[in-house]
Amino acid sequence: MKKSDQRMLMGNEALGRGLFENGVSLVASYPGTPASEVLASVVTFSRESDQPIHIEWSVNEKAAFEVALAHSYTGKRAAVAMKQVGLNVASDPFTRAAYLGTKGGFVVIVADDPGPHSSQTEQDSRLFAHFAKIPVLDPSSPREAKELVGRAFELSEQYEIPVMIRPTTRVCHARQNIMCAKPEPLARQALFEKNPSRWSATPQFIYNLHKLLNEKIDNISGEPRFAPIAYSRQLSKHRRAVVASGVAFAHAYELLEDMGLLTEVDLHQVLMPYPLNAPFIESMGTAYDRILVLEETDSVIEMQLKCANLHGRSSGLIPRQGELTPGIIEEALERFLEKPVPARQPTTTAPGKRPSLCPGCTHRSAFFAIKRTFPKGIFPSDIGCYTLGMNMGAVDTCHCMGACISQGAGFYHSYAQDGRPVPPIVVTIGDSTFFHAGITGLINAVIQGARFILVILDNSTTAMTGHQPTPHSGIRADGTPAVAISIPDMVSACGVRFIRGCDPNDVPAMSSLLQEADQYCRNEDGGVAVIITKGACLLDKRATKPGRAYVMDVSDACDGCKLCLTHFECPALNFVETQVQGKKPGAKGKVAIDQSICTGCGVCIHVCPKQAFTVVEENATRQ
Amino acid sequence: MKQQIILSGTGGQGILFLTRFFADTAMAMGLEVLTSEIHGMAMRGGTVVSHVKVGPFKSPLVREGQADAALILNVQNLLFHKGFVRPGGSIFLNAAEPGDYLSIDATGMAMRSGMPTATNLILLGYAIGQNKLFCTIDAARDVLKKLSPRAQVALNLNGFDLGLAGG
Repeated sequence: MKKSDQRMLMGNEALGRGLFENGVSLVASYPGTPASEVLASVVTFSRESDQPIHIEWSVNEKAAFEVALAHSYTGKRAAVAMKQVGLNVASDPFTRAAYLGTKGGFVVIVADDPGPHSSQTEQDSRLFAHFAKIPVLDPSSPREAKELVGRAFELSEQYEIPVMIRPTTRVCHARQNIMCAKPEPLARQALFEKNPSRWSATPQFIYNLHKLLNEKIDNISGEPRFAPIAYSRQLSKHRRAVVASGVAFAHAYELLEDMGLLTEVDLHQVLMPYPLNAPFIESMGTAYDRILVLEETDSVIEMQLKCANLHGRSSGLIPRQGELTPGIIEEALERFLEKPVPARQPTTTAPGKRPSLCPGCTHRSAFFAIKRTFPKGIFPSDIGCYTLGMNMGAVDTCHCMGACISQGAGFYHSYAQDGRPVPPIVVTIGDSTFFHAGITGLINAVIQGARFILVILDNSTTAMTGHQPTPHSGIRADGTPAVAISIPDMVSACGVRFIRGCDPNDVPAMSSLLQEADQYCRNEDGGVAVIITKGACLLDKRATKPGRAYVMDVSDACDGCKLCLTHFECPALNFVETQVQGKKPGAKGKVAIDQSICTGCGVCIHVCPKQAFTVVEENATRQ
Repeated sequence: MKQQIILSGTGGQGILFLTRFFADTAMAMGLEVLTSEIHGMAMRGGTVVSHVKVGPFKSPLVREGQADAALILNVQNLLFHKGFVRPGGSIFLNAAEPGDYLSIDATGMAMRSGMPTATNLILLGYAIGQNKLFCTIDAARDVLKKLSPRAQVALNLNGFDLGLAGG
C-alpha cells in the first residue's frame, strides 16, 4: 500500500479503519444493524499489517465488552462495537467500567438507529453515556468517524476512562471517499498491574472512585480539543445560534447553505455531547438571544445547556420521536429563523413494500407447519429474519434478544394456574439468538417447571446482519476454525428431555413432530420440548445448498382464493388477474410462480387446499 | 460539479451494487462523494432506496425535490420515490411500456438475452447513455470491471452495453 491512499469506505468501515490505523489489538462485537460491518472491516484491514489483532464475534455484547475491558487493563488498545440495544446487554460492565477506569485506550462504538430502520427501540446511547458518566463523541460523517477514533483513544488513555463513539445509521451506512494511512505500530506488551482496590473495588472503594470519576468528567468538559466547532461564526447581529451534533449537523449545514442563511445565524457543531464543554455552556447564555438545538435522538446537549430561549424538543419545535430528516430540520430552521414556512405537498416518498422471508427460506416452512398444526396457539418469537413470521401470523411477540423463551414460560404459568387446558405455546428462536441470550431463559424455564414447545430455527448463521458465524458454526471472525458448540448438547445440559431435529420443508413430518411435542408437554412427567429445524440460509455464501428439488407450476385447480399468498407469503408467488371465459363468476385470476426467484423447494405443495401446485420435474438441479 | 442521484428498487435487485458503482466512479474521477444506503430488515425483499451525492456535500441524504436524477428499477417504486426528483430532473425507469419518463424495458431485455441478473446494469447503461449523469462511459466501464466479481465482469459489461445501445 502507498503511504496514504484514498478509499471508498462505509461509515462502519471508516470506524474499523480508524481502529486499525490507531493500533487497536483487540476488537470484539456482536452483529446488529447498523453496527455489523465494523468488525468485519477490521478483519479485512488487519491483513495489511503484521501486528497481531485479536478479532472476535463474541456470543453477546456483554461478553464482548468484558473481553475488551481486560485487554485494556493490560495496557493495550481495545474496542467493542454494537448496536444501541446491545449496550443494554452490556450495560452491567459498561457502567462499572466508568468507575474503575481503563489503562490502554478503550473505545466503545455504539450505533444508534433513529427512525428506527432496523431496531426495537429508538434509545439515545448518548444518554446512556451521560448516565454512566462516560464521554461520548458524535460523528457527522464517515470521514469524521474515522478521525474521531484516534482522538477517542488519546482521550481514553489520558484520563483512563472508556470513550464512547456514537454514530447513527446515516453515518454507519453512508459511504465517503476517505484518506487512509498506515497503522500506528504500537507494539505494546501485555502488562497487567495488580491493584485490587481498583480492579476488584468493593463498595468501600467506590466512593473515592466515584469522586475521581466526577473529577475526570469535570476536566474532560474543559478540554478545548473537544469544544464545539463554530462555523460561519460572526456573532450574528441577530444573536441567534444553531447548535447541532451528528448527522443533524450535516443536514443543518447544508440546509443553511442552500437557504443562504449561514450569515444570519451562527452554527456550532458539538463533537462531544457529553460532557458538554463547560466554557461553551457558560458563553452561550450571554452570546445569543435564541438557540436552536438539533440532535438525535433525544435531548443530551439541550439538557446540559442552561440558558433561556432554548429551542428544540423542550420548546416543541423538534419532534420527540423519529429520525431528524432534512425535511424536518428544514421546517424547524424556517420557524426558528422566523422565515415564511411554505405550504408543502404531503410527502410523496413512502416506505413501500414490506419485507418478507426469502423464497425457499426454511423459516417460512417451519412457521407454516406451526400455524397449521396449532391454529390457536400462542407464538412468542425473537429477533432476526424470522421475526418476519409475523406476516404469516406465526409470531405473536418479539421483545428483545432471547426474551421469547422466558415469555413462553410466563405465558405457561399464567394459563396453567387457571386450571384449564393451556393452549399450545410454540416459541421460535434463531440459533444465534439462542446462544446470545436464550440459554439462561431455557434453564430458568426448565427449573421452574414451564411446559411449552421451543423450536430452534437453525440456519447456522446470523442471517439478518450479514451471515456472521454463530458458536456452532465452528469458525471464527477471521475464518480460523473454532470448537463448534452443539445445540442439542447445550439444550440437553439445560435439562430438556425432549430434543428432536427435523427438516422443516417436510411439512407433514414437522407437523406430526409438533403434535408429539405437544403431547410430551402435557404428559404427567412432561416439560419443555425442543425441536431443532435444520436448513441453511439460502443467502449464506458459506453454506452448501441443496440442489433444486422441484420445478413447480400452478394447475387450473387454482381458483384464486389467495390462501397461499396470505398464509405462506412466498415472494415467488404472484397473483395474476385474468379474464378467462368459462370461469365461475367472482374468479378474477390465479396464482403464478415467478420462476426467476423460485428455488424449487416444493413446500407450496403442502399449502394449497386444492392441490393446485404441481410438480413439473423432480430432482431438477439448480441452474 | 454537484449532482444528486436517487437509486430505487426492492431488496435483491442490485441497488447496493449501483450505489457502490456511482461512489467508486465519482472517486475514480477525482470527485468528492457521499452516499447513503439502508441495510437489515429492508433488504429482505422490501423497498430499498439509496442516495448518491457527488461534489462538496456534508449531508448523506437527498431532500425531496432536490435530486438531479433517479434510477428506478421497478414501476411500483415510481410512486414512492419520484418525489425526490427536482423539476427538470431526469427519471430513468425500468418499465415494460414506454411512458412519461426516460424508460427502458431492462427486465425484458435481461430475460431475452439470458442475463436475468443484469437488469440493474441495463438500466445503468441506458441512464449513462442519456448523457445527463456525471460519469463518462469510459470511467463507468473501468469501474464496472473493478467492482464486479471476476466471474461476472463480462456479464455486467454486456448488460451495461446493452442498456447503452438500448437508448
